[in-house]
Amino acid sequence: MDNLLTPILTLTGLGIIFGAGLALAAKKFCVVTDLRLEKIYAQLPGTNCGACGKPGCIGFAEGLIKGTCSIEGCVVAEEKVREMIAGVLGVEHKDKLKKVAVLHCNGGNKRAGDKFEYSGIRSCLSANLIAGGPKACIYGCIGYGDCQRVCLFGAITMNEEGLPVVDEYKCTACGKCVAVCPKKLFSLTSADKKYSVRCRSLDLGKKVMQVCSVGCIACRKCEKACPVEAIKMIDNLSVIDYNICDNRGECFRVCPTKSIARKEDKLWKMHL
Amino acid sequence: MDFGKILTIAISMIFINNFILSKFLGLCPFLGVSKESKSALSMGFAVIFVMTTSSIITWLIYNFVLLRFNIGYLRTVTFILVIATSVQFIEMVIRRYSPPLYRALGIYLPLITTNCAVLGVTILNTGMSFLYSIIQAFFAGVGFLLALILMSGIRERLELIDVPESLQGIPIAFVVASLMSLAFMGFNGLRF
Repeated sequence: MDNLLTPILTLTGLGIIFGAGLALAAKKFCVVTDLRLEKIYAQLPGTNCGACGKPGCIGFAEGLIKGTCSIEGCVVAEEKVREMIAGVLGVEHKDKLKKVAVLHCNGGNKRAGDKFEYSGIRSCLSANLIAGGPKACIYGCIGYGDCQRVCLFGAITMNEEGLPVVDEYKCTACGKCVAVCPKKLFSLTSADKKYSVRCRSLDLGKKVMQVCSVGCIACRKCEKACPVEAIKMIDNLSVIDYNICDNRGECFRVCPTKSIARKEDKLWKMHL
Repeated sequence: MDFGKILTIAISMIFINNFILSKFLGLCPFLGVSKESKSALSMGFAVIFVMTTSSIITWLIYNFVLLRFNIGYLRTVTFILVIATSVQFIEMVIRRYSPPLYRALGIYLPLITTNCAVLGVTILNTGMSFLYSIIQAFFAGVGFLLALILMSGIRERLELIDVPESLQGIPIAFVVASLMSLAFMGFNGLRF
């Protein structure tokens, strides 16, 4: 009988001791957490992109409760989510205009040639280390899709010409592509702006023409055509000041190389 | 304390009897958490920590409870219970008193509660003296950490290489793991 009883009693005893111990420990070592933290964290996107400058979404939630972050700090969250978080925190929430990433290059494989054949690692970062990449235009998009890989939201796809295309529905303006592009070709622009310069070349017009058929040749036609003087020519490149630009579109119509692009109406209206 | 014996235990546990690559224990975290060096490092430290502490507790329970009642055959069941409880307890304590450490180890601690490598080392330790069993558990953890870091380093480089599509991800990781294990078999020649 002992052979049967001892193991049963010992194991039961151990189980009870450990269970009681854990129950006591859970009481003794409990950590008081703010109830709002869980609620806010559940609302946040949870991708831990770090665009808010905090270590992950949980860090941002803590910052919100401490008051060191503002709700607008999370560029990813949608308006609805922001309102709900504002409700949890008991603060008022103002609308924020959506931004999207815009690529400033239009020179795909067909329009801009290569200056040598590259057969290394298929990454823009590595290719850029060798004479600025295989593209003849050293300012242009290399096209190996570092931005596509870094995008946490799947908003960037590479088209048949080897240029990244931003899906404005999915883009959250987290800024990962802006940081990763070795040519600094992305910028975050308000989504309600219709026109953008799709070139970053600082070369003189003649050189631009040699390497790309859609580059900005600094002809100054857009600068003269703009009725509100929103375009300035800076270092042989036309730059739109989006604080002034009000979507007149004169620049798009006069540009001889079509390096200024217009957003499709359907896409543009979505953001209004 | 015999320094020579400690060295023997260290080399044996880290290289010759490496828990992952020679004994094939703890393969789940070996493939699961070896995608990035950073998380592999945290996981490795968590394993060292859990192995050492749980081998202390299990040794005491085995020698003073199980052997005393002549129920040594129950050690597997008991050890699982003991390890799971102790890890839970330690997690609570760390969470209360050291939030940075909790954040570094936090996610990985519960993952190892019922890891077979931890159970393996505690069962191996039962025959040894108390001090040497702790040392052995510690170095088993170091061996685990070594294998995990090697693997994560290789897998990080694999990301940059053109792997055939059908082999991408886990399949190529298995190939790598088997080659590493073959390499570690070379240490079998080291006998003291």
